[in-house]
Amino acid sequence: MTASQQGAPLTIGDLRGSAGRRRRELVIRTLFFLAAGTAVLISALIVLTLVGEAVIFITKVDLSSLLSGSWQPRAGNYDMPSIIAGTFVVAVIAMLVATPLGLGAAIFLAEYASPRVRRTIKPILEILAAIPSVVLGFFTLTVLSPRVIDVICPGPTPLFNMAGAGVAVGILITPLVASIAEDAMYAVPSSLREASFGLGARKRSTSLRIVFPAAVSGIVAALIVGFSRAIGETMIVALAAGGVGGAVFNLNPCLPGQTMTAAMTALAVGSDQAGGGIASASLFFVGLLLFAMTLTLNLVSERFVRRIRSAY
Amino acid sequence: MAVTTGIRTSATSAAVQRALTGQSRPVGEWIFQGLLFLSLLVALGMLAWLLSDVFIRSMPVWEQRGVVSFVTSNLSSDPEKAGIAQGLFGSVMLMVIVIVLIIPIGVAAAIYLEEYATDNWLTRFLNTTVRNLAGVPAVVYGLLGLGVFVAVMRNFTNSPLNLLVGGLTLSLVVLPIVIITAAEALRSVPRSIREAGFGVGATKWEVVRSHVLPYAAPGIFTGIILTIARAIGETAPLLLVGAAVAGFGQAASAGVVDKILGPYTALPTTIFSWARLPQSEFRALTAAAIVVLLVVVLLINAIAIILRNRYERRW
Repeated sequence: MTASQQGAPLTIGDLRGSAGRRRRELVIRTLFFLAAGTAVLISALIVLTLVGEAVIFITKVDLSSLLSGSWQPRAGNYDMPSIIAGTFVVAVIAMLVATPLGLGAAIFLAEYASPRVRRTIKPILEILAAIPSVVLGFFTLTVLSPRVIDVICPGPTPLFNMAGAGVAVGILITPLVASIAEDAMYAVPSSLREASFGLGARKRSTSLRIVFPAAVSGIVAALIVGFSRAIGETMIVALAAGGVGGAVFNLNPCLPGQTMTAAMTALAVGSDQAGGGIASASLFFVGLLLFAMTLTLNLVSERFVRRIRSAY
Repeated sequence: MAVTTGIRTSATSAAVQRALTGQSRPVGEWIFQGLLFLSLLVALGMLAWLLSDVFIRSMPVWEQRGVVSFVTSNLSSDPEKAGIAQGLFGSVMLMVIVIVLIIPIGVAAAIYLEEYATDNWLTRFLNTTVRNLAGVPAVVYGLLGLGVFVAVMRNFTNSPLNLLVGGLTLSLVVLPIVIITAAEALRSVPRSIREAGFGVGATKWEVVRSHVLPYAAPGIFTGIILTIARAIGETAPLLLVGAAVAGFGQAASAGVVDKILGPYTALPTTIFSWARLPQSEFRALTAAAIVVLLVVVLLINAIAIILRNRYERRW
């Protein structure tokens, strides 16, 4: 500053400000960078912990017990197909519920609802999304399974069954699917709709043949994210799907089953975690498998989302 | 009308006229719109059914025990005496730990990603990492807590399954969500606001502190409040890091520090353990505990929605 006052040419050094101010900037920038870096640290810790313990499990376990036909960790049976089958049965039922409900709600909100209706209904959907899953688990156990699933499933149906848990997971992920799909349809420019109306198309044809195909990447992403969430959902299945003491390979949704997530909580709640036995190492092996599945699904869905962003 | 009457009446023009001026909507349109509305109704109907069923189920507890007795009693295997005092205490302490940890780290990370980071491979990698962390199932964070926090804590205390570990684990679950929502709030502040600050010679941090953060604050806080509402109901990771699912005693003299470093439970884990009990008396207790949890969660959500509607700004 003094230099400019004397009429000498202004240098970069004069504009930079004081050294103390620059030092403060650097310190703050570094702190913020470290905060962002915790995300990488957490990811690395997840992978290292899961892989480390999973390797211990694989080296210690009798490999034939991984295909022994039943999941009973206390008896040394770690049949992976049983819990993977349970996971997929529940997730597929959830998608059968969440796809029509979520996409129907999304089309209604994006194409049909007036701004006032949107403003009232969206917060209610957010409330549905905010219901803790342990609450939905209790609801499944006391209402959905005995009153709804018992009627749908043929013959006497056990209270603990995968169908009830699947329907409840479907209700849980419906708001998520609806909100991502609605965002995608909302992003479709209105000029496309106007062109369609100009040709005399009705609202239904415009929604289904113009907006829906234009937003299809985002809709696929919504379904993939929903599926990923359904696979990772824990408390509903832990409470309502049955299979607390173990499970056999089973694809019938009207019967009890065990999912990967529920197997993990059942083991953690029942076992004394202080002992680092082979059963507790199996937790991490299942966890690693679950982590790999959801990570893959999320990466794929991100691809689809990026496609719709680049299109409009 | 004018056009069609001008033309000599023929079968074609009559059909065209009907098509253009027809009052009735075709059946297909109605059915389609009805189905769309139905899908919304089913989702909302489930919500209404759940809320009313849980409330009705919980009535015996309020009538026979009263709110005070239920809220101030400890866990017990006797349904006449069981209450949620320990669960409430655990949940409140967990939320305090979560808030203290995630606000500074989450907001700082978001500021770095939105304000400081240039578009290079490192930034893209950080962004992808945060988004992927948000998609990791909560139960996996429980494993992380079990494998890292519990293992480290074992070196310092005899009860490694304590509130501190639970709070740390829950913080990891919600940290990515806080970063994402805070980054969105920062992104919605227009460039011109920042440029005004730079124009008068402010440094980056000065611009962020005095120009960007004040405008982004309502959005950031709404995000944090919604995240807290989610964290309160989170159950699975706590089960893995050892929140108690059975009753446990505490010395009457136990101070807050003893309680934080000792055995604990939280409201959702209390619900989980009661829901698994076969006695029918516990059904009403579970429903009552759920009512308390839902009141807390919905209240927090309502605050967030009101805050958002009040301070929402369109640039």
